[in-house]
Amino acid sequence: MLEIRWHSRAGQGAVTGAKGLADVISTTGKHVQAFAFYGSAKRGAAMTAYNRVDDKIIMNHEKYMEPDYVFVIDPALVYTSDVTVNDKENTIYIITTHLSTQELIASQPKLEGKTIYTVDCIKIAQETIGRAIPNTPMLGAFMKISEMYDIEFFKENMKRILAKLPQKIVDANMLAIQRAYDEVK
Amino acid sequence: MAFDKMELKDIEVWDGNYAAAQALRQSQVDVVSAYPITPSTGIVEGFAKFKADNYVEGEFVMVESEHAAMSGCIGAAAAGGRVATATASQGLALMSETLYQASGMRLPIVLNLVNRALAAPLNVNGDHSDMYMVRDSGWIQFDAYNPQEAYDLNFIAFKVSEDHDVRLPAIVNQDGFMTSHTAQGVHTMDDDTAFGFVGEYKPMNDMLDFEHPVTHGVQTEEDWHFEHKARQHNDMMTIVPGKIDEAFAAFEKLTGRKYNQVEKYDMDDADVAVVCMGTSVETAREVALEMREKGIKAGVVGIRVFRPFPFMAIADALKDVKAVAALDRSAPGGTPGALFNEIAGALYNTDSKMLLSGYIYGLGGRDLTKKHLVDLFTELQANADAGKVLTKQQQFIGVRGPKLAYL
Repeated sequence: MLEIRWHSRAGQGAVTGAKGLADVISTTGKHVQAFAFYGSAKRGAAMTAYNRVDDKIIMNHEKYMEPDYVFVIDPALVYTSDVTVNDKENTIYIITTHLSTQELIASQPKLEGKTIYTVDCIKIAQETIGRAIPNTPMLGAFMKISEMYDIEFFKENMKRILAKLPQKIVDANMLAIQRAYDEVK
Repeated sequence: MAFDKMELKDIEVWDGNYAAAQALRQSQVDVVSAYPITPSTGIVEGFAKFKADNYVEGEFVMVESEHAAMSGCIGAAAAGGRVATATASQGLALMSETLYQASGMRLPIVLNLVNRALAAPLNVNGDHSDMYMVRDSGWIQFDAYNPQEAYDLNFIAFKVSEDHDVRLPAIVNQDGFMTSHTAQGVHTMDDDTAFGFVGEYKPMNDMLDFEHPVTHGVQTEEDWHFEHKARQHNDMMTIVPGKIDEAFAAFEKLTGRKYNQVEKYDMDDADVAVVCMGTSVETAREVALEMREKGIKAGVVGIRVFRPFPFMAIADALKDVKAVAALDRSAPGGTPGALFNEIAGALYNTDSKMLLSGYIYGLGGRDLTKKHLVDLFTELQANADAGKVLTKQQQFIGVRGPKLAYL
């Protein structure tokens, strides 16, 4: 079982990202689950979304999770939420920030000793999609770190999932995914 | 009027709401009369979009309240159409008067009830308060544990509800957020196969049949009210269960997916068992398997059909078990939980020596964790070993503050 927790703000696309990831993984024959905690779901409120992936059918519906990966797609949440809650010794963090990994850890001591990768999904989204929607770039970074799928395979599938959007937006998302894949470190 | 068919993958990643919306589309519902409410909004939103995109021929009626939504469904069903809607919680509460009208008038209607807590305090998250509130309303009630089942049970609900020997409305329950907003793989049917299962709608006593005028919603007073209600109950007790089994069998033949009024998991040799509904059934199944690795013979019983209550089947499923926990996800308001009472009633006049304890859990969406269930099975095993219930008969799981236990 692979488990992922997303930290996001309502409106940044974590639910869409989690569902999109689940959709891609499902095409390879694995079982998936994607869900979220909304609370009162005010735009901008901190929220969490979740993925579970397994070779066998997923029956666990508890909200409690000790994640293998933590995605943080809004840079401020590292300071205002506890993104490390219920983590494991080998939990891998991919965090959106304009800081370097060293600067980030220095600014939030809780991250000390954890496996941290950083990428500026907000900047990438602004420069490609034209809006600060950091969900798809995070998935590009995840493909690089996890080596789950070949990036071209992943992009092809994401094109299908985003197909209802205008072509220009789909193309911009592909650029964003590729840039995050290339820039995460 | 022509409408477009939709190409679906064999497995789509859908949440429970979208799965239900797709089932309504594939059933080609004639009228959806609805007033959206969280967490059921996705169902009517989905159907409205299918309508706007020409994937359905039927009508989508926007109304001013849930009371009006069900009233619209009643009118459309009496007129002679296939009818469905969706609601949750406060919406169902406002609908409740008209729910009794629908069942009393013997109108086939499918209501997707996305289970949510009832205020106060206000809370959009999932529990079974709304399901329990209308349990005596004369509606058939199915319960889905995941998005796949929310999809499948809609077709089964139409099939049973619209049967001319049944003509009773049916609710398809799914857990708010835990199913309605959780995306999982759903095995789909193509449009023709799905529609073929429910078939063309065959009206009966329809008001639009002007050659055969009928009266709906009559006043009977003392003279006929009791006979009418007795007949309705008789059909629920004697006809509906058989029709549900027929629909389950036909659905299994078509899809390979088998449903039972009482779902039994690892029950053949179980010493201890949990009885529950909704997503909790699946989490409990996973924990039961883990308990077996630790030497505790654990099983799970899921209630698939809450009304008509499968009284004899539940007694049969539990008669040889040593200790059973009834899990109720609704504040009982001064009595044991509904499942506790139903199960106690089902086993009372039998030879079973089963030890029964009741647990209230998960109110307002409070998480039911695997850890809770490990503790629960362990407690049941202690009861089984001691040959008596070592705790109070009613306890609470997962509530903060001092431990609560009664009776």
